[in-house]
Amino acid sequence: MEPSDIPPPRVEVGVLGWLKKNLFSPWYNALLTIASLAFVVFVVRVVLRWALFSARWEVVTINIKVFMIGRYPASEAWRVIASLGIVLVLAALTWFFRKAKGRPIRRWLVLAWIASFPVIGILLRGFGEDNPFMPRVSAEVWSGLLLTLVLAIVGIVASFPIGVLMALGRRSRLPVIRVLCTIYIETIRGVPLISVLFMSQLMLPLFLPPQIRLATVMRALVGITLFSSAYTAENVRGGLAAVPRGQYEAAQAVGLNKALMMILIVLPQALRNVIPAIVGQFTALFKDTTLVVIVGLLELLGIGKAVTGQKQFIGLHQEVYFFVAVLFFICCYLMSYGSRRLEKKLGVGER
Amino acid sequence: MMSEGIMEQSETGEQIIQCRDVHKWFGTFHVLRGVDLTVRKGEVIVICGPSGSGKSTFIRCINRLEEHQKGTIVVDGIELTNDLRNIHAIQREIGMVFQQFNLFPHLKVIDNITLAPIWVRRWSKDRAVKIAEQLLNRVGIPEQAQKYPGQLSGGQQQRLAIARALAMQPKIMLFDEPTSALDPEMIKEVLDVMVELAESGMTMIVVTHEMGFAKQVANRIYFFDDGNIVEYNTPEEFFLKPREERTKKFLSQILTH
Amino acid sequence: MKRTGSQTSRVPFWRDIRVLRWVAQFVFLMAVIALILWAISNYRQRGMIFSYSFLDKEASFDLAEGIEFEPTDSYARAFLVGVLNTIRVAVVGIIFATLLGLFTGISRLSGNWLLSKIATVYIEIIRNTPLLVQLFFLYFAVILKLPKLSTAVILPGPAYLSNRGIVAPWPRLAEAFRLWWPFLLLALGAAIVLIVIRRRSQARLGRPGIRAVWVFAAFVLIPLAGWFIVPGRPLWLDIPELIQKSGGVIKVEGGITLSSEFTALLLGLVIYTGAYIAEVVRAGLQSVAKGQTEAARAQGFTNGQIIRLIVLPQALRVIIPPLISQYLNLTKNSSLAIAIGFLDLYAVSQTMLNQSGRVVEVFFMIMGSYLAISLTISLIMNIVNKRMQIVER
Repeated sequence: MEPSDIPPPRVEVGVLGWLKKNLFSPWYNALLTIASLAFVVFVVRVVLRWALFSARWEVVTINIKVFMIGRYPASEAWRVIASLGIVLVLAALTWFFRKAKGRPIRRWLVLAWIASFPVIGILLRGFGEDNPFMPRVSAEVWSGLLLTLVLAIVGIVASFPIGVLMALGRRSRLPVIRVLCTIYIETIRGVPLISVLFMSQLMLPLFLPPQIRLATVMRALVGITLFSSAYTAENVRGGLAAVPRGQYEAAQAVGLNKALMMILIVLPQALRNVIPAIVGQFTALFKDTTLVVIVGLLELLGIGKAVTGQKQFIGLHQEVYFFVAVLFFICCYLMSYGSRRLEKKLGVGER
Repeated sequence: MMSEGIMEQSETGEQIIQCRDVHKWFGTFHVLRGVDLTVRKGEVIVICGPSGSGKSTFIRCINRLEEHQKGTIVVDGIELTNDLRNIHAIQREIGMVFQQFNLFPHLKVIDNITLAPIWVRRWSKDRAVKIAEQLLNRVGIPEQAQKYPGQLSGGQQQRLAIARALAMQPKIMLFDEPTSALDPEMIKEVLDVMVELAESGMTMIVVTHEMGFAKQVANRIYFFDDGNIVEYNTPEEFFLKPREERTKKFLSQILTH
Repeated sequence: MKRTGSQTSRVPFWRDIRVLRWVAQFVFLMAVIALILWAISNYRQRGMIFSYSFLDKEASFDLAEGIEFEPTDSYARAFLVGVLNTIRVAVVGIIFATLLGLFTGISRLSGNWLLSKIATVYIEIIRNTPLLVQLFFLYFAVILKLPKLSTAVILPGPAYLSNRGIVAPWPRLAEAFRLWWPFLLLALGAAIVLIVIRRRSQARLGRPGIRAVWVFAAFVLIPLAGWFIVPGRPLWLDIPELIQKSGGVIKVEGGITLSSEFTALLLGLVIYTGAYIAEVVRAGLQSVAKGQTEAARAQGFTNGQIIRLIVLPQALRVIIPPLISQYLNLTKNSSLAIAIGFLDLYAVSQTMLNQSGRVVEVFFMIMGSYLAISLTISLIMNIVNKRMQIVER
């Protein structure tokens, strides 16, 4: 048979073909397309008309600093920028050396990341009242996006080891440990975050010795960490279950004790399996930091609400919350994008 | 090691494994019913039998992957009890090769082998790598050192598993149906390694159906059924003059292939 | 050389693996108990006591949302109001979120490019923004910005949409209902009997003996017949009216009022959970291997039959567990009501706590309520799961 010289019908190929196939082919699709198009046009027109004409965006532009660092004194804002700088530099270095096989560099990087926590903490908090260089900015004053980031990052870092331990405990063969861990995990997962925050905010101080007084931020952090650790525990437990029993046996047969077996063989495989779930947990935690509004802390959303209470900006809810939503959207979308890249790089799901 | 009853360096011919009246239950199921077995240093023992007979469970009791409930097991003079130190000491002296290989997928081939010597025997990395390379040579896959186990064929993976077990310089090697999960064309390369190992004087207990291997290097063949040893003999006697009815039946089933 | 043969050597207890196991558990338990005792002693040191007697006292605050409540009613009744409010918003929310999620999930998989893209955009936006931000936006920036009652938006019904919420027509029970409800019971009974008959004949003959239409008919026709038989109307439609009162104040009478807080919370929960349910539905439908539909079509099944008999049963098995988990999330998320002033169980508890000062007692009540709801829903899920397991080798 010779190749045909007759081209396919015009309607089947090219732009027209795509339109026909995807939007109009069965008759009901055509109706759906028209309805959807009408809907989209309506929504876009309403939103654009609002955004371009009647919205008063100066509430965002004038207050941008407030959104970012809240009530942190503007004169000390350089410390926030410095902290951000440290993080960016470390991130760039990590990405740059990601292929490096050399042990020394990776060890230094890990140490640098660990050290960055206390360094940034001191940088933000400063020393005593009278210190000319870095006066104290108490944690009570941290607000805005700064507070959101602090809560989210410290929360995830603190909840991760607790979650792993809880997951191991829940799978333990020792009944006492298993039952206690299960009770902890299931109780926390069965109640809303707001009640855990409330517990850490109001109840925790009652059960501490009268001399100890925790800052509000600390109490919120405790609540967030406890809450997130239960969910992390469940994710890690799923990963642990996916590690075949033969791995445990081979590790034992080759002479590793329980601790080494867990650290060198089981956990690396378990965690690799659940990276998407763990990053998902981080994203959820990042969004959940907004709930501290309810216990009186002013992170990004709270600051937004406070801004709308000011006399000259009263009632500008639409603009403010739209802006806050967009900020969150950008951050979360980037996080899930990063997670997908990470999954691909580590070959999750492949052998 | 300071526990009482330790022997000095065993000489050839000395008993290195003694099992007396070993019982084990899984719930109410009596899987091992009073097994007695003695192995001398340098011997190669083959255990065969129908599935469910308890042969795998038995050798897994020897290195404490399963716990026996009655009877005694003594390995290289150390008794296998609930004493943590004894358990760890015995596990260091025994190497095991599994039917499913159980290689560590997240580590490279060379790291699979060096992991235990570095962390358990506290060798330096250089020494471990050198020994690992020698072992890779010995089992015939020196060029695979930087790959990951998932990239190797089944036969290569099992040979790697043997190398990993040998890295700890064990006195005894246990094999739990090492070729049962392999495609037929790869069985020979693994058996060749095991034959070389046997001829170099390693004490081996092998659970397998590969009778050709047994004929070649085994000192004795044990027939396991229903939780105990039915009979045992040298390979020639075992195949030509089986004594028990059950043995004859089993042999007729596996030798007709 | 010394042999250890048949003699069992004494195992020093600090190395005995069995002893160590029990010691580890004992130490752990003691640590936890010590922590609890220390916490309680700190509590006592501050002069706090623990008692639930306050529940009978007068609440002295008012609750604007929910069933009848006076400030002279007890705390216990106040809590009940809160619980009922939570259940109200959760049940309605679950129903609508499921519908929205189903529709969106199917749209996502539809062949229509535009529809699928719209669904995707909706899902991505909702999943990447915090629920509280969405609630604030809906409440402050949308509902509260609606026109006042006097110039309310009039929807068909008539229903009135204003910044005070929605007022809509609502059926109410009349005198004749006493005579009519036996018909409802009869309809339910008939439907159940017919379903059982269908099941039995399906098991025996491979085909349901009675067409599904009849079950439907029984459910609908019997009450309908009763409607005409009974003297008078069993239900009447309460239609809201805007009434001009003295002083230029506009009031609305009749119908059912959904407060602005309830509306905002409901909308927020439905839109948010709907997006997650859409993903669950999509994953479930995609999990049914394409070969199934192809094989079925080759065998001559119609499209409707393929969906009903082949795709849906398999998809449902994958969908139901995460779906129920989303229902649980919706219920827990309803606690955000406090941020926009809806008096759900958490919000009422906060007021109770402020009034009475009984922090720990109220806290246990809150946790207990949510745990009860969670465990109930989990139990239902386990039962449903067990019944739907595909038997595998």
